[in-house]
Amino acid sequence: MQQATLNDELKLAEQWAGDGKSVAIATVVETWGSAPRPVGSHLVIDGDGNFEGSVSGGCVEGAVVAEAMDVISSGKTRMLEFGVADEAAWEVGLSCGGRIRVYVERLGAA
Amino acid sequence: MDLKILQQLNIERDNRRAAMVVTNLVNGEGQLVLEADEVDGALGEAVQKGFRSGKSGVVEVEGAELFLNVHVPSPRLVIIGAVHISQALTQIAALAGYDVKVIDPRTAFATPERFSGVELQADWPEDVLKDSPLDAYTALAALTHDPKIDDFPLQEALRVGCFYVGALGSRKTHAKRLTRFSEAGITAAQMEKIHAPIGLNIAAATPSEIAIAVMAEIIETFRKRGMVGS
Repeated sequence: MQQATLNDELKLAEQWAGDGKSVAIATVVETWGSAPRPVGSHLVIDGDGNFEGSVSGGCVEGAVVAEAMDVISSGKTRMLEFGVADEAAWEVGLSCGGRIRVYVERLGAA
Repeated sequence: MDLKILQQLNIERDNRRAAMVVTNLVNGEGQLVLEADEVDGALGEAVQKGFRSGKSGVVEVEGAELFLNVHVPSPRLVIIGAVHISQALTQIAALAGYDVKVIDPRTAFATPERFSGVELQADWPEDVLKDSPLDAYTALAALTHDPKIDDFPLQEALRVGCFYVGALGSRKTHAKRLTRFSEAGITAAQMEKIHAPIGLNIAAATPSEIAIAVMAEIIETFRKRGMVGS
């Protein structure tokens, strides 16, 4: 058996849910160019805005957390897209010049 | 994602079993697929490709956009024998991103001085593997030349389906090994999975060169493997 690592965001999400917290999971589903985190990377967010993991090198996490708050309250999934060219739309961008698509969903009840 | 899916996924990850979360990006529905699961059609092909490559990605199946998130355990290497080749192999394997462990009951070989910074267990493989068993995402390289030490872990590796099983020794040594294994009830099909003589044939001469040949063979086997697991 492998021990749960301290920074395992999927373990933390399960633990948060067990503690009765609302949780959203953001996942990098596509990347173009030099994206900092690979497809499949997660950022997990609780209802208070605490988060663990990453979907970029720290460039867009703030925006994803804000969107996740809406996803938690509405229960509706959201697809976000970030890239240098999207600065006007999202007011954040990836300094590396890549582009990423991030899927945000609420962790549902068992 | 349903909490049930996340809980099951975490159990699979804890047990070093591959698992895949398939999410329909249109309607948000999720599904957990295990490596042993039979999945039909175009999705089945994508699932198989995902497990083989270990790469996650978006696929289009019957008009729906699906995201396949592949969770594959990180590959490990267990080396039997704290020998000269192992000193180089532990370094090369670490460079390639493998978790490495060396097992050798001979305390003269298994010294921290010879294996600085390496996980080293100076015990019999029988005892070590009881506590930390081999699995499908582990490569086993038996390098002692000594049947008393090598035979058990080799047979165990074949039994659990390690993705790579390699044994040091000449063709003559290996022929004797196969006779012993056959008497122990190991099938011919299982024995064919043993890479012996060990390592890609690059005419390696020194211990370091042999270590490179072994590591290259391990990488090749892992990257070209079919479906692994039970």
